[in-house]
Amino acid sequence: MSTEVDALFAVADKIVGKALPGEQIEVVVVNERETEISVYEGDIESFTSSASQGFGVRIISDHRQGFAYAGSLDPDVIDEVVGDARDNASFGTVDEELGLAEPDGLPIVDLGLFNENVASFPNDTKIELAKELERLVVEGDPRILGAESSEFNDSVSEAVVVSNTGIRVSGRDSGCYVSTSVLAEDGEDTQTGFGFSVTRDPNELDIARAASEAVQRATRLLGADKPPSERITVVLDPFVTAQFLSIIGSTLSGGAVLKGRSLFGERLGELVSAASITLIDDPTDTRMMTATEADGEGLATRRNVLIEDGVLKMFVNNAYTGRRLGTASTGCAVRGYSSTPSVGCSALQLLPGKRQQDEMIADIDNGILIQGVAGLHSGVNAVSGDFSTGAEGLRIRNGELAEPLREFTIASTLQRMLMDVAEVGGDLEWLPMSAAGLSLVVNDVTVSGD
Amino acid sequence: MIEEPLINTTLATALSTGADFAEVFVEDRTSSSARLDEDRIEELTSGRSRGAGVRVIVGDSTGFAHTADLSEAGLRAAAEAAAAAAKGDHGSTRTVEVKRQVVEPAHVGIYPETVAKARKVELLNAANDKARAAGGAISQVSAAYSDGRRRIMVANSDGLLASDDQVKTWFAVSCVASGDTGMQTGRESLGLTVGFELFDEFDVTELAARAAQRAITKLGARPAPSGMMPVVIGKGGGGVLFHEACGHGLEADLVAKSASVFKDRRGELVASPLVTLVDDGTMAREWGTFSIDDEGRPAQTNTLIRDGVLQDYMYDGIRARNNDRLSSGNGRRQSYQYLPMVRMTNTYITNGEDTPDSIIADTESGVYVAQLGGGQVNTATGDFVFGMTEAYLIEDGRITSPIREGNLIGNGPEVLQSIDALGNDFEMGSPGTCGKDGQGVPVGDGTPTLRVTRLTVGGTAA
Repeated sequence: MSTEVDALFAVADKIVGKALPGEQIEVVVVNERETEISVYEGDIESFTSSASQGFGVRIISDHRQGFAYAGSLDPDVIDEVVGDARDNASFGTVDEELGLAEPDGLPIVDLGLFNENVASFPNDTKIELAKELERLVVEGDPRILGAESSEFNDSVSEAVVVSNTGIRVSGRDSGCYVSTSVLAEDGEDTQTGFGFSVTRDPNELDIARAASEAVQRATRLLGADKPPSERITVVLDPFVTAQFLSIIGSTLSGGAVLKGRSLFGERLGELVSAASITLIDDPTDTRMMTATEADGEGLATRRNVLIEDGVLKMFVNNAYTGRRLGTASTGCAVRGYSSTPSVGCSALQLLPGKRQQDEMIADIDNGILIQGVAGLHSGVNAVSGDFSTGAEGLRIRNGELAEPLREFTIASTLQRMLMDVAEVGGDLEWLPMSAAGLSLVVNDVTVSGD
Repeated sequence: MIEEPLINTTLATALSTGADFAEVFVEDRTSSSARLDEDRIEELTSGRSRGAGVRVIVGDSTGFAHTADLSEAGLRAAAEAAAAAAKGDHGSTRTVEVKRQVVEPAHVGIYPETVAKARKVELLNAANDKARAAGGAISQVSAAYSDGRRRIMVANSDGLLASDDQVKTWFAVSCVASGDTGMQTGRESLGLTVGFELFDEFDVTELAARAAQRAITKLGARPAPSGMMPVVIGKGGGGVLFHEACGHGLEADLVAKSASVFKDRRGELVASPLVTLVDDGTMAREWGTFSIDDEGRPAQTNTLIRDGVLQDYMYDGIRARNNDRLSSGNGRRQSYQYLPMVRMTNTYITNGEDTPDSIIADTESGVYVAQLGGGQVNTATGDFVFGMTEAYLIEDGRITSPIREGNLIGNGPEVLQSIDALGNDFEMGSPGTCGKDGQGVPVGDGTPTLRVTRLTVGGTAA
């Protein structure tokens, strides 16, 4: 156990010791250190080194819940925060099913998410990596105007959850990534692209790949036009698929189900997607950058199969929603220190199919490869299922990629899109987000353009 | 928040490696919130955070470090870390004596922390009761209250010392309506840079009734059309369009990196002559308002586009220094843990001369957007999207059937030129949070009713 984690346990134990008779108390304490280096035109634009701590206290008393947090571990504020949480609980509505998580027997497995190399990686090397990334981008194609930013980021964090209902767990995590956002220009036309590489060990960062992806994304859109409006087959790039999976995951939250906000709420056991879809939330898969050993209430994370061969198998739950739905927690409490745990998926992936993207495209006479989407947050209603999002990409004609397209939208409903999946790609890609990506072929999507 | 001698020594430490500029930003933030869902007060939350960020600039490089420890040792450590990060190459001794500027913070009628929590809970219950009274189709209601007080102090090596006390109060209601066609949602929010007196002026039950009605109306919505057509945007909401279509593109940091379609276009006609676009951090009580920005500059009223002609960009301290001019008061940051950058405040279009009724009557067919959602822009290409959360068809000059949610997509410079009617019914829109490079800051926007002749509506109907 690290000294950092011991220090957090000391704070947490002290706070839990302040519970009054009859009170349930839970404390989350987080400590995080980050470096962010941004390079522009060969120089360091900014170098940020940050350290932050915070804790949150949840108190349940007389079946009522209150919460308070502070963005420091200053001993002076602990009593005030505990007092606030206690006072806040007295205003909550009585709910017999409120209660903290209790150990459920599932052991917490050390996934090795902390890599010593992150903390010891020299600053000069971090700077050099960001500069190298920018250099590779600029040299990547004569049409590259430059990189708007090229960054190196790393973070190391420790967190503990302690309660007087038997929870006492800790986690350590580290990660790093490089990313770049580039501009390509051809005559009057400007296009943009991004690239990144994300790993737990900074020695494994793939700078060349981040650069070449950014260059390809930007340059292949040069000369893009607006397509006509039509119904068409689309191929979602892995990064786009991952964004849709995150939204679909949110509709499978037990919280949304029990409050009548899930469009799949009544459909357990039914066919909700094409049979080629098996959707899994598995934070124990260390290939996911969002892998975690314990959830926000201190229960072991686990592999949950949400949709199997197209059939809806389960919803995800935290302790409270699991109790209400009669299924127990699925280890899916999601939170920072500044809020009570909500429910959510944190490491979604589809079981991959067999073929690569180019093989799937070869079978399509007329379609669009969707390289990027914009405005998903404003264009999806996860309650009604309606979605409509800005998009850019490339025409697929006679099995090959053709001219670039921009300034159009794709629209359907989440329900329909799941049923209209024609093929799941085999090109699984690990991304810096809560879902892994792969290419997805979807029929009958409405494109709005000219 | 911290005493002047300690500010002076912290700045001296930050300057010790030969920096051109150093700054200390101190923030003390408290907040309270309460949430109702499923007829229950789920919980009240109290939050606090306090800390300082130290920024050191050497040439074009910025070093930055922050700390939650406001003791002399904590501030010294942050100053040393920032100075080391900025890589000044020669040691020097430079002393600073800051001079306090008197800036009057906005007036607060009732500080929210002085209001009994029970009163905040009452507001939630009243909103819930009203929304549910709208009828059996309303199947779920949630409501949220929050207030925040942010005290900031900025001191820098130019001798500036300024502070502000920013109080904001916010309320929102979300409803789900269920029917044969599935579920639909309706949402309304209210927020101003004022204290609890917000609720003397605005009735949360009216907000709740509007949110419920919106969800019920949408149950009868048809699929939105697909393709290019005239789009009329109702008063208030249209601000999001300008925020995305040109606001971000007028931020000097993006312009300097050639990541804006509005680069080198000052003095040119970039929009319909009907358009005068203003970014104004001084507007009394609005969501994006402050007395000083997060670099200590007083808020300003900046006319960005006048009668269609681009006047100026928005600047923070760094971009202003590079251009040998003054900041326009647009240097903002999410908290002491972040570097400031160029951000909008309250961005709005001034009134035109048409009546809203005449604009609609004059539109043979198209879409009327009554409430917009969020948006997003690629400033380098100008392509932007924004969501419509309440919209209707316009047929034969009349507003007819409600349509389902969706995004609209356009290109900023083209859309600005295509505005052919501007109403005389200016109104500010709902409180928003603008995200840029991972930082969210509160912003306001506003417009009168307006029409864009051609915009792509991203629905599913032919």
